[in-house]
Amino acid sequence: MTPRITLAVAGRVLIQLRRDHRTVAMLLALPCLLLTLLWWMFDAGAGFSHLGPPLLALIPFVVMFLVTSVTTLRERSSGTLERLLSMPTGKGDLLAGYAMAFGLVAAVQSTLAVGLSLALLDLQVAGPGWLLVVVAVVDAVLGTALGLFVSAFARTEFQAVQFMPAFVIPQLLLCGLFVARDAMPRTLEVISGVLPLSYAVDAMTAVATTTGSGVGGVDGGVWSDLLVVLGFALAGLVLGAATLRRRTP
Amino acid sequence: MMKNDAVVEVHDLVVRRGRVLAVDALSFTTGRGEVTGLLGPSGCGKSTLMRALVGVQVVASGTVRVLGLPAGDRRLRHRVGYVTQAPSVYDDLTVSENLRFFARVLGVDRAEVRRCMAAVDLAAARDQVVGRLSGGQRSRVSLAVALLGSPDLLVLDEPTVGLDPVLRRDLWAMFHALAETGTAVIVSSHVMDEAERCDRLLLMRNGALLAEETPGALLESTRTGDVESAFLALVDGAREAA
Repeated sequence: MTPRITLAVAGRVLIQLRRDHRTVAMLLALPCLLLTLLWWMFDAGAGFSHLGPPLLALIPFVVMFLVTSVTTLRERSSGTLERLLSMPTGKGDLLAGYAMAFGLVAAVQSTLAVGLSLALLDLQVAGPGWLLVVVAVVDAVLGTALGLFVSAFARTEFQAVQFMPAFVIPQLLLCGLFVARDAMPRTLEVISGVLPLSYAVDAMTAVATTTGSGVGGVDGGVWSDLLVVLGFALAGLVLGAATLRRRTP
Repeated sequence: MMKNDAVVEVHDLVVRRGRVLAVDALSFTTGRGEVTGLLGPSGCGKSTLMRALVGVQVVASGTVRVLGLPAGDRRLRHRVGYVTQAPSVYDDLTVSENLRFFARVLGVDRAEVRRCMAAVDLAAARDQVVGRLSGGQRSRVSLAVALLGSPDLLVLDEPTVGLDPVLRRDLWAMFHALAETGTAVIVSSHVMDEAERCDRLLLMRNGALLAEETPGALLESTRTGDVESAFLALVDGAREAA
């Protein structure tokens, strides 16, 4: 890996994104609108403080999963991936460049969403607001990593988009949002324990509902959940690297 | 040609794509300062052979060496410029954003970006988004990227298709100017009349090499007046021999 090339990739992805005004508007406004809808749905009641944090964890994950898988697929089909890999680009440069660019977008996106929730929608959280943003950024990197990996198995953009329900909805169902994880049938509870989104939602919920003596004034469990999510993200990036081949048949 | 002047050395190269034998036991050598034309009908294996030279093609057997190193070697990644048939540039970036990005990847400076943009006559379109350019302009952006950093070997897959004759002439003049500075240039084309602009020709058909000669020697040995007729004479000759 070369820092110069990693930064070049990240910068390029951001310029591409900036050119697409509608996508930028949706990336930044949509999470805020969805949270407002949720707040309105509960008539500004306590239900919002219950479901708001999981939604804050979910949105960056889903959005970055989709955006990354389509971007990488485009890179593969336009021949630019082949060109980059015939140049001194390391696979790590590509992966880290993408993760940096989308992590940054997620930071802006989540800051807006968290800011709105705390300032205007009266979201009740026990832990610090900045930690909600940190968790959201880690979730976004996880989405980017999985999107990168999965895009290797999609030949068309139609297929890439279909991977979203295939990879994301089962995780959403099993993350403890609908049925508490320990109340599920044993098999599903075990499966839930190996899905990254479960840890992402747990971390976000813990920041919102508990305080503790750990770093940032939260329970130490938040950080271990975050480490698990980060571990999944790294594993996704390593698997993604394995799908980037310099030589193809 | 002296051995140490060889830029590309291909020996008994075999490439299979699916069940198709795309390149069939092919051998040739090209040297510094030469413009080599790789000619043959569409689908004869030209692009696959070029991919093998750049080192992005999985090969079944045989060897490909570039500048004395195995094709695709890490040390070659600064030294080989490659243009695919479909322009491999970012449609949602401007001309200069594309070039600046690839320049940063290669570690070359802004002056080089300006030089390459001017070389393909795109300085006036520098701030236009590539997706809005014409097909010919887009392939020139792709060519400009390949010129960044003055590589020792340029592998160009049909770079002149669909271009205006004046520009086509200018590009061929540029290929020869690059060759004079020592660059080896390999250009593929399915248009036989471009053959006369090359120093040496590789005629390809069905994955195999029909001839490897200078345009003059080819016309002489086949007793024909143009490369298209020479190609036909070689195909007919091969059929009779079979």
